[in-house]
Amino acid sequence: MYRLQQFAALRSNRALPQLNSHVVARRLLMVAPTIVFIVLMGFLLVHLAPGDPVAALAGENGDASYYAFMRQRFGLDRPLLEQLVTYFGRVASGDMGTSYLQGRSTVALIFERVPATLLLTGSALLISIVVSVPLAALAARRPYGARDIGISAAVLVLYSAPAFWIAQVAILVAALKIGLVPVQGMTSAGSTQTGAARWLDIAWHLALPALVLASQEIAVLVRLTRAGLVDELGRDHIRTARAKGLTEARVLFRHAMPRALLPVVTVVGARAGQLIAGAVIVEIVFGWPGVGRLLLTAIQTRDTPLLLALFMIISFAVVMANLVTDLAYGVLDSRVRVR
Amino acid sequence: MEFSIRGFASADRAPSALPAGAYLSGPRGALTRPAGLLGISLIALVVLLGTLAPLLTSFDPSLITGPSLAKPSGAHLMGTDAIGRDLFSDVLFGARASLLIAISTGVLTAACGVTIGMLAGSIGGIVDDLLMRLTEAFQVLPRFFLVAVVIAVFGPGTARLVILLALTSWPVLARVVRGEVLATKQLDYVLASEALGASRLYLFRRVLLPQVMPAVLVMVGLIMGQVILIEASLGFVGLGDPGVITWGTLAGQAAGLLRVGWWLALFPGLAITAAVLGFNLTGDALSSLLDGR
Repeated sequence: MYRLQQFAALRSNRALPQLNSHVVARRLLMVAPTIVFIVLMGFLLVHLAPGDPVAALAGENGDASYYAFMRQRFGLDRPLLEQLVTYFGRVASGDMGTSYLQGRSTVALIFERVPATLLLTGSALLISIVVSVPLAALAARRPYGARDIGISAAVLVLYSAPAFWIAQVAILVAALKIGLVPVQGMTSAGSTQTGAARWLDIAWHLALPALVLASQEIAVLVRLTRAGLVDELGRDHIRTARAKGLTEARVLFRHAMPRALLPVVTVVGARAGQLIAGAVIVEIVFGWPGVGRLLLTAIQTRDTPLLLALFMIISFAVVMANLVTDLAYGVLDSRVRVR
Repeated sequence: MEFSIRGFASADRAPSALPAGAYLSGPRGALTRPAGLLGISLIALVVLLGTLAPLLTSFDPSLITGPSLAKPSGAHLMGTDAIGRDLFSDVLFGARASLLIAISTGVLTAACGVTIGMLAGSIGGIVDDLLMRLTEAFQVLPRFFLVAVVIAVFGPGTARLVILLALTSWPVLARVVRGEVLATKQLDYVLASEALGASRLYLFRRVLLPQVMPAVLVMVGLIMGQVILIEASLGFVGLGDPGVITWGTLAGQAAGLLRVGWWLALFPGLAITAAVLGFNLTGDALSSLLDGR
């Protein structure tokens, strides 16, 4: 499946032929139409949702005066084009409607949950990089050797398995049978710890969910890094490095790895959407109190305003992740770095 | 920088480390590689089990046929669910629905992706620009969330699910097809048929389509694997169609019962993994063949 990722990588390469102020400005400008497209989708969903559009912004259980207030706030009694302009204005000022369940701003509700999700995805990303690089190096040392086939096969199975299933199997094995780590929540029930003890407790709860989420990234990263390394190791500059009498480890990690990792950087960024989707599933299985659990609540309570806000904010996050990756690529790749 | 199904393996790269001449070339070659053979066998197995489901099990998957939450045994190979339905029958019949969703999405995606990619690649100019901007816009949307939110707002439905999945799958295919067309359309035999007065439709159908077809097959295979995974995840978060047994809805009903019925989670997940692995292995084997062509 790394082929799909390669296409994504190449697409992003094309967007950044050289990193100078002109290119950066153009890349930043490309973000604007994307954001507009996403908000347009949000507007479309508000109007296509079953029932009165005001219900998609204010929930279903409001009274007449509340609906009148929300209609006025989003200009829903105005012509459609004017509504669109008002909607863009509201979204720009951070107003994406009110969750009817809690009667609170959807944006505030979502941002409360962001730190927990960031902690989970960040740890998973870190784990996946630390694990993937040596595994890929091990596999690429002798392509199609026993070790390579073993690692590649394991990684492909991991890639083919649904995230929730890996999470469930992990719970069954590690937590229920062995009693190694807790399986639910972010902190121990009724915990009043503070400071270092509290962080240790969180890390203790984080271990298994982060590992499960990392496994999905590892599946992609190992495949991609291995393919890149095998490619690199057949090149002339590697032959030169070996001819100079460098140790194999030095050839591998100093000469081949940095170049093999470059496309990987782009893919990590291009996978932001999948990473968040994986986090949602993992959060649901492990009861991790992040954005994913909020999405589950929104689905179960049919909280349309919250659902639409979640879609837009996650889309924005993905666009931003792509932007940061493209710019980071320019900084990392000396061939692209131009003053 | 254009790209094609050949991906990174452009001309300046080292040849792959496979021993030369060890395998058949051509599409049949995929079958002679162990990984490709395993992939095709897995797909064939899942298709066969799904098709022959009524012959392979004596239990109706929608009826209560045993005690609730019975462990796997001779009578119920994979145990029973919370209300006593046979899980083995569920998994077999689930294969039907899940495969049907994957295949319909694959066909719809292929139709959209090939049409748009071919138009963009062969016409070029402003049409190409417009179509590619559209492609990029759709590619940015986080697929799982778009599908999840739309299903949650509008309610579950198989046709709706297939359309949504195809709507979010075609961009990557359109890009690949466009790349292939751009790489092919300057070749002598294409120019020759143009010079002989071939119509645009003829060029599409008889000259360019055969050229892009292998790449399309690989991509559609990989996309179908992803579709099975997404359908399962949607079912898991409770967005499956309650009227249809799919691997996703089975995963959904197992979600709250992990402590009391490990088999409810284990077997549907195994089935999903086997099917997706089949698509991925086959896709990989085919695409490494294309790399070497």
